[in-house]
Amino acid sequence: MKQYTQLAEIQADLRAGSLRCEDLVRQYLAAIAARPEINAFLEVFEAEVIAQAQAQDAAIARGEWQLLTGLVLGIKDNIAYKGHVFSASSKILDGFESLFSATVVERLLAEGAMIIGRLNCDEFAMGSSNENSAFGRVLNPINTDYVPGGSSGGSAAAVAAGFCHASLGTDTGGSIRQPAAYCGLVGLKPSYGRISRHGIIAFGSSFDQVGPFAKSIEDVALLTQVMAGPDAYDTTCSTLEVGQYVPIATDKKYKFAVIKELLSGEGLDPELQAAFQQKVAQLKAAGHEIVEVSFPYLPYAIPTYYILATAEASSNLSRYSGVHYGYRSGNATDLESTYKKSRTEGFGEEVKRRIMMGTFVLSEGYYDAYYGRGQKVRRLLRDKSLEILQQTDAILTPTTTGTAFKFGEKSDDPIQMYLEDIFTVLANLTGLPAISVPFATHSNGMPLGIQLMGRPFAEAEIFALAKALQA
Amino acid sequence: MESTIYDQYELVVGLEVHAQLNTQSKAFSSDSAAYGAAPNTQVSPISLGHPGTLPKLNERALEFGVKLGLAMNCEIRRWNEFARKNYFYADLPKGYQITQHTTPICYNGWVDVRNDDGSKRRIGITRIHMEEDAGKSMHDQDAFDSLIDLNRCGVPLLEIVSEPDMRTPREAYLYLTEVRQLVRYLDICDGNMEEGSLRCDANISVRKKGATEFGVKVEVKNMNSIRNVQRAIEHEFKRQIDMLQKGETIYSETRSFDAVNGTTFALRSKEQANDYRYFPEPDLQPVVVELAYIEEVRNHMPLLPSQLIERFTNSYGLNEYDALVLTDNREVALYFNELTSLTTNYKQAANWVMGPVKSWINAEAQSMDAFPLSSKQIAALIALIDEGVVSNSVATQKLFPAMLENPAASPMDLAKQMNLVQERNVDELRMHVEAVLAAWPDKVAEYKSGKKGVLGLFMGDVMKRTQGKADPKMTSQLLNEILSS
Repeated sequence: MKQYTQLAEIQADLRAGSLRCEDLVRQYLAAIAARPEINAFLEVFEAEVIAQAQAQDAAIARGEWQLLTGLVLGIKDNIAYKGHVFSASSKILDGFESLFSATVVERLLAEGAMIIGRLNCDEFAMGSSNENSAFGRVLNPINTDYVPGGSSGGSAAAVAAGFCHASLGTDTGGSIRQPAAYCGLVGLKPSYGRISRHGIIAFGSSFDQVGPFAKSIEDVALLTQVMAGPDAYDTTCSTLEVGQYVPIATDKKYKFAVIKELLSGEGLDPELQAAFQQKVAQLKAAGHEIVEVSFPYLPYAIPTYYILATAEASSNLSRYSGVHYGYRSGNATDLESTYKKSRTEGFGEEVKRRIMMGTFVLSEGYYDAYYGRGQKVRRLLRDKSLEILQQTDAILTPTTTGTAFKFGEKSDDPIQMYLEDIFTVLANLTGLPAISVPFATHSNGMPLGIQLMGRPFAEAEIFALAKALQA
Repeated sequence: MESTIYDQYELVVGLEVHAQLNTQSKAFSSDSAAYGAAPNTQVSPISLGHPGTLPKLNERALEFGVKLGLAMNCEIRRWNEFARKNYFYADLPKGYQITQHTTPICYNGWVDVRNDDGSKRRIGITRIHMEEDAGKSMHDQDAFDSLIDLNRCGVPLLEIVSEPDMRTPREAYLYLTEVRQLVRYLDICDGNMEEGSLRCDANISVRKKGATEFGVKVEVKNMNSIRNVQRAIEHEFKRQIDMLQKGETIYSETRSFDAVNGTTFALRSKEQANDYRYFPEPDLQPVVVELAYIEEVRNHMPLLPSQLIERFTNSYGLNEYDALVLTDNREVALYFNELTSLTTNYKQAANWVMGPVKSWINAEAQSMDAFPLSSKQIAALIALIDEGVVSNSVATQKLFPAMLENPAASPMDLAKQMNLVQERNVDELRMHVEAVLAAWPDKVAEYKSGKKGVLGLFMGDVMKRTQGKADPKMTSQLLNEILSS
């Protein structure tokens, strides 16, 4: 079976007549069936995607081409697809079918994408290892002893394993970029407000963004192009014009900011640190400028993120109550016990932990000390980031502190797990776009990712910067 | 009158009024906001709180908020944020209500109420904020289950919070009447308390007269008429004073009004109250209200009762009582206002609207909108009277009822058809007068000897001979002329 890294290659073969969409889809279906232990898909829309492929083949025969013709896509289980179950990998929504499609799904389908199935993830997108799914953990297809990362673990694993060409994930604190790094993929968290959240199960509403996983920067850019832009259903979505993301400009020299406090390498895997330094040297040699900046607030990013995101989550998850839809405990006898028992039985441990944290930080008497202060720190972090990005084109960091870790390594210690997000949360706190691209391989055989964070709504530039990293 | 222990205390009342807005669609979705549809038919995934749905502000709700704020002399907040009020209840599918917490759209306003002795009282408006309604829980419709109707879920509300400025139950009654009149004039809410489109909670406390500190306030809910708000306050005033007199402590609590026996009973103490965990609604951008927008709303404001009263008294020379009666109901006031552009006989116009027109509305139990005659026709009727074509009594007793039967016909044509036009031909009238006087020589003699009272007899006879069509003014002139010759 031929492996494609770019949609352009697929489309070339389709044009040449050496490939049909149906064959491609059947190849993916066979690959999924061959490695069930990966557990990336919660559901494969087999008959449906074959029908979509046949329709595409017929369209191609008529000479009709769309931007995403030939692209087979998996979607994270927190993205609505009309008439399909979406559960955010939670028992509390098990079997819940959406009455409508997310704006991103509609836009991708309208450009010819074929949706092959829904992808496993950490429950309600809360987690960094995909160990929190109510439907079992996802294995890293590169080495199944390792986690694929989270929360979009299924989305990353599926593309890395060749189960589909690309996938959608969501990123609230790093949930696209971290698994992209752990599975050797390109993953983008767009600027907050670049892509509609309509039809996305909310975790932290002021942080959540949908984004693509793919093997190439080009395909990530193309998918972002199709999904981005204003949406009447999401008033937090920007009305700013999207512009052109493809083709990607590659000829410029850039200024990269690196954060002094990180260069010491404290807490970093030594091999990752060395690879990062080497990449920095390589960029300099290629004529780019490296600017060392200080970012003293950085240690506050994780606590701030966990205060604000859990606060929003505690409210966003109130609707899963057992009353109107989703899981209802059979042991409930009245309204109060319907709430308590349905939520106790329906939510997993990590989700309950975060609801408790979020409820606490919003409580009367604690609001100012936690949520109120968190908002102020958030503003400081954004101001500082924008200040750095006035002098430079992007902030360059490793995506993670090391490679993917092994199952169970961090699952007993929530704090250790939360520290996984150290480099990624800044982009969510500030609303800035950030991309992770694979840049090295560790001696343990696992990939390493490097992250670029750019100016708000400068996605086009982010893709160009990412290309410069790969050059 | 004997003074009682109650006279030593002062009542302090502030009201929280929820006005359900009569927008086409809901506050944050395009679902219909109409009242009275079959349960759970006006819902979409947004009203149902389905995962992945997001709110979008209905701009009409914002406009209504600004309108009401301007009518209540408020400052309008330029930078508006929405907040989430979190609590679990079966008729609140999202688990939170979208409302405004720290940035209400309107603040620092006032309305004047007119006490029965004519004195004005100014009641402060603390704030008016936008929010969405919850669904309706019905606990008495089914023997075993509570039923939930989510049609109301998401319908826009304005919550109007007054200062604790009311000192008598009557003032609360008058304030609420004023609020209801304003929302009806602005056409933003139908003001119907029985159906719950206007809801009122009262914060009630008492203190010794002369005290500067407020007493502990008790919140009373579930009063479904303005009259019941007054009754609840009357009851609470006495209940709280009785408690204090017995040395008991009043706790801050929420009570419910029992309309059957006019008392209140405890629902829950404030200590048991929810912690709503308010925080800024992240799914909605803050709304910036531009000055130009406020001006545009201001320029499109309908005339308010206070403005109409001023116009009716100052420009049209009506007395204050008439002006109050005419402005009591918005449709009646607008009808009268229209009428004043078609006739300058304002007093006559006022009498027609306050008399026959209002009588018709009352007798038919109809609204002004259903009144069949246009203001043009009433103006034409007034003109006929003014020109002496028909007499006032004929107009009231015969022509007006005929017009109601036949709203399309012109009053003049009807008057002719029915032979109601006054006899104003002097020669013709003189003939009738002379014939009457000739028939009563002894009465003429009586008149000439000074018994002027017989004039009425002559007049009545002339009317009889002319079937009521004789112009009374002319007839009386002729009688005088002939008798004194």
